[in-house]
Amino acid sequence: MSPLLTVNNLRVSFPTRTGEVNAVRGVSFTLGRERLGIVGESGSGKSQTGRAIMGLTPGHAKITADSLNFDGIDLLSVSARQRRDLRGKRMAMILQDPKYSLNPVMPIGKQIIETLRTHERVSARESRQRALAMLEAVQIRDPERVFDLYPHEVSGGMGQRIMIAMMLVCGPELLIADEPTSALDVTVQLEVLGILDRLVAERGMGLIFVSHDLRLVSSFCDRVLVMYAGRVVEELPSANLAAAQHPYTQGLLNCLPTIGSHRHPLPVLERKVEWAQ
Amino acid sequence: MTGTALSVRDMVVTFDEFVALNHVTMNVNEGESFGIVGESGSGKSTLLRAVAGLNVFESGSLTVAGRSYSGSRRDKEFYSTVQMVFQDPYGSLHPRQTVDRLLLEPLAIHGFTDVDARIARALDEVGLGSGFRFRYSHQLSGGQRQRIAIARALILEPKILLLDEPTSALDASIQAEILNLLEQARKDRNLTFIMVSHDLGVISHMCERLAVMKKGEVVETVSVEALEKREFSEEYTRQLLVASEGFRRSA
Repeated sequence: MSPLLTVNNLRVSFPTRTGEVNAVRGVSFTLGRERLGIVGESGSGKSQTGRAIMGLTPGHAKITADSLNFDGIDLLSVSARQRRDLRGKRMAMILQDPKYSLNPVMPIGKQIIETLRTHERVSARESRQRALAMLEAVQIRDPERVFDLYPHEVSGGMGQRIMIAMMLVCGPELLIADEPTSALDVTVQLEVLGILDRLVAERGMGLIFVSHDLRLVSSFCDRVLVMYAGRVVEELPSANLAAAQHPYTQGLLNCLPTIGSHRHPLPVLERKVEWAQ
Repeated sequence: MTGTALSVRDMVVTFDEFVALNHVTMNVNEGESFGIVGESGSGKSTLLRAVAGLNVFESGSLTVAGRSYSGSRRDKEFYSTVQMVFQDPYGSLHPRQTVDRLLLEPLAIHGFTDVDARIARALDEVGLGSGFRFRYSHQLSGGQRQRIAIARALILEPKILLLDEPTSALDASIQAEILNLLEQARKDRNLTFIMVSHDLGVISHMCERLAVMKKGEVVETVSVEALEKREFSEEYTRQLLVASEGFRRSA
């Protein structure tokens, strides 16, 4: 089986007044229908990697890659139109904060239908039914009521579930989740992750899960890429996290306070210039 | 020296019809680090804000260092004893003031004279050199901003620090640095902490006792040792504990 997504030597750079900023510097990986986690600190290039795959990098940025291939389609050479057809239909992205990523002046149901009707020719009635079914799939108790609400009328956890519903309504093959639960409470986090996990498994999607929380990612994904300063410093199967070789990965693992471990002060992450070479 | 630093008795806060705090009682001893956990909307931040005088409380009492306060009126003496650090380091620093001015303001209000030395020392203490003194907050990272917010709280040499989710807007790796900084400050100055967080891991690392809040009420107060030994009575506490252990795929 050929991989769903092939990324080879991806580079993203932003020209600024003080010279080029290289956000992503030579990232390579392949993704099948599996769950891949990308972990790193702020500024490590993990979100820009996801955005480059989606084609959401700002226009002035420069993207180069030896190959960026989605199911046989060369993403670097396709037209903007084809890219738009792909986005939302075959690949979708969940963003961090539902407060900012949902349209505040459009009812929730209408937003889901908008996604659906952009990509498929369906009747108004069928699209409404599919939107309601999708809201039900993300465990929203009263979909009929939520359908007519505006984003400010729902909680953060509900907003994120709506976001997931909207992204999955067209049945994408690749889902990129960029810190999908960082803006949520711990208790709600688990619920949302559980829903996401079930839907991804049921529908056999490829998932790229971007987060700064290594423990969370490793419990959720099959494989983890650890990024530092725009590069992948280590790739690990999640089950083997304890065997992490790179000091940066170990640092990310150790810096979290956990119940029952008394380490005062907490070990702090080291950052060395040579890791970025 | 185990006097009571701060005590809240039967505090009630309502916003119109909504009861945000429903007869909340808590006692914090001098030199203690006290945690408050709960989900969004449980009233944990409201409690802290009511103590700081940012919300009005309707009934109940608040006693700090032997003096009682009511409503939202707080005098200078209160603020030289109690200072607060907020959740969002992007929202809590004035965008058009330099770090120097931000730190000068509390000193000016409280009539300190040796401002220069104090600002330099405060920056030093939070691990930022004097090079940061004339920067604006947009020139700082999230972690650096939170350090400035802590410096601003510590510069008046308070006895009690109210911490409202001080690290939840930060990366896991930066969180460790800020928590270490807070612990060091507490050790050096013998401070009393009241720390709010939704992360039980952070609270159990930082605190000795904690209150679990739900829907505006304190459902349980336990020591961290009891928490670690799973000696608590509320189902809700167990849920929070499970949540803090991370995602598990149900079979």
